[in-house]
Amino acid sequence: MTRVVVEVMLKPEISDPQGQAVLGALTRLGHRGVQGVRQGKRFELEVSDPVDELAIQQIADTLLANPVIEDFTVQVHPPAPANARSPLPPDRLTS
Amino acid sequence: MTAAVPRPGSDDLAQVRVGIVTFPGSLDDGDAARAVRLAGGSPVALWHGTHDLDSVDAVILPGGFSYGDYLRAGAIASFSPIMREVIDAAKRGVPVLGICNGFQVLCESGLLPGALTRNAHLHFRNRDQRLRIAARTAWTGDFAEGVEIVVPVKNGEGRYVGTVETLDAVEAEGRVLARYVGGNPNGSARDIAGVTDPTGRIVGLMPHPEHAVEELTGPSTDGLGFFTSILVSISRAGAGTAA
Repeated sequence: MTRVVVEVMLKPEISDPQGQAVLGALTRLGHRGVQGVRQGKRFELEVSDPVDELAIQQIADTLLANPVIEDFTVQVHPPAPANARSPLPPDRLTS
Repeated sequence: MTAAVPRPGSDDLAQVRVGIVTFPGSLDDGDAARAVRLAGGSPVALWHGTHDLDSVDAVILPGGFSYGDYLRAGAIASFSPIMREVIDAAKRGVPVLGICNGFQVLCESGLLPGALTRNAHLHFRNRDQRLRIAARTAWTGDFAEGVEIVVPVKNGEGRYVGTVETLDAVEAEGRVLARYVGGNPNGSARDIAGVTDPTGRIVGLMPHPEHAVEELTGPSTDGLGFFTSILVSISRAGAGTAA
């Protein structure tokens, strides 16, 4: 199995009122250094090997993102070798 | 002008069968069916999980929260089995009206341009809304052009958006179905409340005409015009030629 991560963001020209609300909250909390926030979505797909990257592009372009208003990126994370340590230390997994 | 053409009689209108699709999470399918009945037509219940349009003459995609609005409002519904048939039928010329969530489904299906997104103020907005009818379509033939009507609006993701090119094209082609008047309830681009396809048969509207069909329960009976319009339009074209 391979983990494929698809991240979806509103296109820059589409205003993001949720991101603006988060920015407003950060400003109220005193985080003056944050100048902008855009909120998006992240999908983690567990895909049988070998990964059909064309199919993944199609999945992202037809269902996961609405290309009228959203852009997406696809990252393929190859499976770790069986004897390799987990890339994330255990404390990260439970946080 | 069609003024010279006699208006079909009530027996003719009753022959017109309008399908109303129920998705899991649809809320306004009952009211839409009731509106078709009050307008004089015959509502037909359609189910999202089938490929059966039951030979209806027109289709209404009702309001609600199909599939819980998961992913994006209307996104999962646009891939449901019945929508395969609705999209095919729409491309053959069968009239389709999407109201609120139904409008979202039509945009997600690519049958209408643009998209509906989270309201600019992030609040669900529920009020009686003044609209100006801006296009003559199969669903608005009974309205005088430019007439103002009052129907309820109720949405959390009703902000119509599109690229500047899309919005310019929609306006230039006279495809703005209706505009908000007296305040834009959700931040929609250019006060657009609804749009039509180039043929005037595939129409999406964010506010709810089906909730304004009776004095007792609505702010007006202005909404009836959408339902009488389609019955008259289909009856004139000869019912039974559709899906």
